[in-house]
Amino acid sequence: MEILVCVKRVPDTAENEIEVNRDGSDIERDDLVYSVNEWDNYAVEEAIQIVDRVGGSVTVVSVGDEESEEVVRREMAMGANNGILVSDDAFEGSDGKGIAALLKGAVEKGTYDLILTGAQADDGAGQVGGMLAAMLDMTYASVVNYIEVLDNRKLKVGREIEGGNVEMNEIELPCVLSIQTGINEPRYVGIRGIRKVASVDIPVWGSSELGIDAASIGESGAKVKRVDYFVPELGEGAEILEGSMEEIADKLIELLKAKGGIK
Amino acid sequence: MAGQVFAYIIHREGIADDSALELITAARKIFPAAPLTAVVTGSGGNLDAVCNEMAASYNEVWKFDHEALAYPNAEVIRKLLVNTLPGDAVVLLPHNTFGMDLAPGLSIKMDSAFVADVVDIEGLEGDTLNVIRQEYSGQVSTHVTCDISAGVVLNIRAGVFQADESKAAGGQVVDKSGETGDLSAVRKFLEIVEAEVGDVDITKEDILVSIGRGIEDEDNIEIADELAEAIGGVVSCSRPIVDAKWLEKSRQVGTSGKTVKPKVYLALGISGSFQHLGGLKGNPFIVAVNKNPKAPIFQVADVGVVEDLLEFVPVLTEKIQTG
Ligand SMILES: Cc1cc2nc3c(=O)[nH]c(=O)nc-3n(C[C@H](O)[C@H](O)[C@H](O)COP(=O)(O)OP(=O)(O)OC[C@H]3O[C@@H](n4cnc5c(N)ncnc54)[C@H](O)[C@@H]3O)c2cc1C
Ligand SMILES: Nc1ncnc2c1ncn2[C@@H]1O[C@H](COP(=O)(O)O)[C@@H](O)[C@H]1O
Repeated sequence: MEILVCVKRVPDTAENEIEVNRDGSDIERDDLVYSVNEWDNYAVEEAIQIVDRVGGSVTVVSVGDEESEEVVRREMAMGANNGILVSDDAFEGSDGKGIAALLKGAVEKGTYDLILTGAQADDGAGQVGGMLAAMLDMTYASVVNYIEVLDNRKLKVGREIEGGNVEMNEIELPCVLSIQTGINEPRYVGIRGIRKVASVDIPVWGSSELGIDAASIGESGAKVKRVDYFVPELGEGAEILEGSMEEIADKLIELLKAKGGIK
Repeated sequence: MAGQVFAYIIHREGIADDSALELITAARKIFPAAPLTAVVTGSGGNLDAVCNEMAASYNEVWKFDHEALAYPNAEVIRKLLVNTLPGDAVVLLPHNTFGMDLAPGLSIKMDSAFVADVVDIEGLEGDTLNVIRQEYSGQVSTHVTCDISAGVVLNIRAGVFQADESKAAGGQVVDKSGETGDLSAVRKFLEIVEAEVGDVDITKEDILVSIGRGIEDEDNIEIADELAEAIGGVVSCSRPIVDAKWLEKSRQVGTSGKTVKPKVYLALGISGSFQHLGGLKGNPFIVAVNKNPKAPIFQVADVGVVEDLLEFVPVLTEKIQTG
């Protein structure tokens, strides 16, 4: 099975405090630690496991600036066979639809049976996979936490819905699936793995390689635009307990006792 | 100028989801006075009950009764909406696993704009809709503009808009079952597999000690176990803890886990994503321990402790134990 996985380089929110810069035009990016979007890492692992079972190859593709190459390389260190970077100044400012259009361009330069995305990325939209599928006229299923290859044309796919229940579907290939965390246990990528792929060539595809209609992408093609970042005025917010750790613990115990939080 | 406003109604066993009335409030923030249409799909059974209920709140209810609509398969519903809605429609959906499944592709097929997970709406200026979203798991908000001249699909976050309970629309049900068009689909719904039942039932507990990614390591779960034992509570968790297989799925709080209604909820190393908070009901007393003072959990917590939980929680536990 030929599988394409879409991966995005994002600030690691578990590692960073995200702050808005002074004029609200961006977040403070200087000291951010970046990594591959958590959901995408599960998607790559799933693709590798499917190929281990039924044969084929895994290609990862990322749309971003040149630094996105590092996440493509990381996922290759994990076991993906090929990597592609889609990058061009003209692509900057694309909205979700623009990103999906660029990924469509990349998909059409190959032949894939299965395309995987993450269920959502750092912007929390969860949109690119569904848009890409519709643009390609392929079937789509979101928040997938179970994939069984039935035969070379059919999958059994579980979608994790509310309450952790799973909605089972039968889907024909080719299709696009967005992957939910927890579907597998992504393998660890060590420094040796990274070294192994340090010198593989990762092609960079821009406007001319993709032959994409410039009107639908970039800032000018975007119907949806982020105006600024801000930190909302909090309502009441929490009462923050101050003092030494011991003092805070004492205050908290008082409060918990009052609220029935200590039996 | 964008067109008519539609809300897709999710319903189960004859009862509309909470989102049905929240979408009205959201729509009113865009169009204060425009007529609103509810789209209700299904196959026989309780469909009429839902339609009649919705007619109290929506000016018009479009009823689609068809075998192929017995289960809300997003691919089928997308076809139905593309076949029946005007091209420049404004379509509202909840941003849950159904809305996430349907909306992005729908916007492409309708050739309209799409905004996901809208948390507030500031209004319409000409053809530009101004909304608010969040990024980075709620750590920052953004103002977003959207050109809705050719229509738009909006996914609205659950619980952020008050339900419109006025029930004063006096609307009518229009049976459109004959107009569905082709509803054939490649994706076939098979069955729902219910979540596994675990060893403890966190939905019945009054005191929950809930851990998130901030617990950092499986071995550290002991720290939460000891606190839970000291205060007579039970350990629950956020999704990453279950993904890592450190605790059973039945301990997960959130939209894709359990809905809990404790009296006291201690959130240790949990950032407070909306999917996590979506499982926390009944207005408990929330204590958050998080080393990041900007973590969104502090916006909803009653009391906050800005400390490393791995250091603070053992101190707290010991004090409780020694009384
Ligand atoms: C369709 C869908 C459904 C989902 N359903 C659920 C659900 O049901 N439940 C759920 O929980 N999530 C759910 N999620 C995932 C959700 O989006 C978040 O990714 C998740 O809730 C984050 O969990 P967390 O807060 O533990 O981790 P993070 O967001 O990584 O937060 C960790 C927090 O710990 C703090 N921290 C780190 N180290 C320490 C320390 N030593 N001491 C103190 N604090 C520390 C950090 O500052 C941070 O705030 C769902 C996602 C999707 C797409
Ligand atoms: N710039 C990008 N490059 C490659 N894939 C992306 C990009 N942006 C989003 N995706 C894919 O789409 C998924 C959903 O992202 P989003 O719609 O932004 O929440 C991600 O998990 C990725 O798989």
